[in-house]
Amino acid sequence: MPLFEFKNLSKRFGRIEAVSGVDVSIGECEVVGILGDNGAGKSTMVGMIAGVYQPDNGEILVDGRRMTKWDVAIARGAGIETVFQDRALADQQSITTNIFMGREIRKALGFIDVRRQRQESATLIREMGLTSRLIDPDTAILTLSGGERQGVSIARALYYRAKLVILDEPTTALSLTESEKVFQFIRKLKDERCSCIFISHNIYHSYDICDRFVVLDRGKIAYQCSKEETTAESLIKDMQKIAKGVNRMSS
Amino acid sequence: MIFDKNRMALGAFGFFAALMVIFIIARPSLFLQPDIYSAVFVTLPVFVIMSVSLVFVVVAGEIDLAFPSIIGVSAWVYGIMVEIGVSPGLAFLPALFVGGLAGFVNGILVTKVKLSSLVSTLGMNFFLRGLINIGTQGHGISLTNVTGTVFEQVMVGKLGIFPVQMLWGVAFTAMGWFLFNRHNFGLHIRCIGDNRDSSREMGINVERTKVAAFILVGLCAAVAGVWTSLINQTFYPTTGDGYMLQILAAVFVGGTPTWGGVGTIVGSFIGACTIGFIETGVIACGLTGFFTQFFYGLIIILSLTGHRFNKGKTRL
Repeated sequence: MPLFEFKNLSKRFGRIEAVSGVDVSIGECEVVGILGDNGAGKSTMVGMIAGVYQPDNGEILVDGRRMTKWDVAIARGAGIETVFQDRALADQQSITTNIFMGREIRKALGFIDVRRQRQESATLIREMGLTSRLIDPDTAILTLSGGERQGVSIARALYYRAKLVILDEPTTALSLTESEKVFQFIRKLKDERCSCIFISHNIYHSYDICDRFVVLDRGKIAYQCSKEETTAESLIKDMQKIAKGVNRMSS
Repeated sequence: MIFDKNRMALGAFGFFAALMVIFIIARPSLFLQPDIYSAVFVTLPVFVIMSVSLVFVVVAGEIDLAFPSIIGVSAWVYGIMVEIGVSPGLAFLPALFVGGLAGFVNGILVTKVKLSSLVSTLGMNFFLRGLINIGTQGHGISLTNVTGTVFEQVMVGKLGIFPVQMLWGVAFTAMGWFLFNRHNFGLHIRCIGDNRDSSREMGINVERTKVAAFILVGLCAAVAGVWTSLINQTFYPTTGDGYMLQILAAVFVGGTPTWGGVGTIVGSFIGACTIGFIETGVIACGLTGFFTQFFYGLIIILSLTGHRFNKGKTRL
């Protein structure tokens, strides 16, 4: 049984049908790549999964149970964590502060258990393999590279025992080596039996890491396949075909 | 490590130490005696609690320019209460309430009405001072009957020649340090000033935290107002008026930057001491009062220049 099932999801913004009738299911330890050109409905889709947008239509099932209400808090409660595109980090603060931001380990009267937080984040940093340089729990985010920052965000999701981590274009604006670091973090997520949705418009950025691909086109699923059924090249060809189809229609 | 973490406060301390050395060299007979310190310590606590509490607002990425008038309004309320026969200790409570309320209004204007704190608190500063002027018609309230009471002794009494309020100032700084560095309130303040949107995404209540910071400044202004009135044994309608620029300067001389997200409580304490000693020091060195503003300016610019070059791995 899949962990999360999203059936027949639809969302309109005014007259624009951003997503219409999309079915996606996510199994345990599965990395699902959601691909598509700009405006294909990737972000809307993910927004609905994370509870940011209310779907106009459709069903959401968690462990086979149908959810009657769905918002960010409920999605989080169900184990869905989003690694936001802007990474949701406070740059001048330490790694520890960022990991525990908004969910501090507290002692009595709202005081923070600084020592335990440091220990936990030191463990987390080690587990994530964020040990390349002089990184310790007190290191400020602004001294980290782009890939390492993603690592902190992913570590944060991992710490809160996420079942599904949504990564929205995590490798955009990262160099190849930095992207490779992010892939390492995602593999780490898999090792921890955590599923992942990887949103990208670049197949090369997601082919290696994904187990399954969902290609969106103008709000609908154009194509769905597992990694065994395809290669990066044929995926690109298919996507190009889809893109050409769009051009033909619009011209 | 420890040096890096306390870089801002250490910079401020180095500057303060240098200033004191100059004073001591210039007038050893005065600055090696306790008398001048006990004189400065009478009003220094006002600088201390205001500049320490302002750290929270500044680090949250806002500013509070209304505190001089909140000092005035709270002192006024205290004066009225004492005048109508409320006991000196009990009269402190309505003064605190009014200070906190003014801070709350500031917070609401900034977070709910979404005004710029720079402009809205400036407006509040004029507005509250205007209320005092209309209400008092320029007349003060004598508080001589409070002198000698237990409350007065606890608030601004003397231990030998040492003013009690300085102990309160130090105690408040210690409390502020814990609140800023070890409590989730201070942590949220830092996160909000650093990246408001991230903080919100991570579930921090941005609005409530900011309002709390403004209330904290309001409460401290109330304490400062009552202190000032007790020290002068009078409520003056101008109470708090002269503090604005000096106390703001103390925050920045202390090493808290203007852009939010980071700040230092200990630095603010030291900044308050630096600003607090300038006037006395300049005059004690044999210069006239005409020199004090010149030295305020010089010291603010020099210390900020110092902080600019005393940056570890922080934002440029």
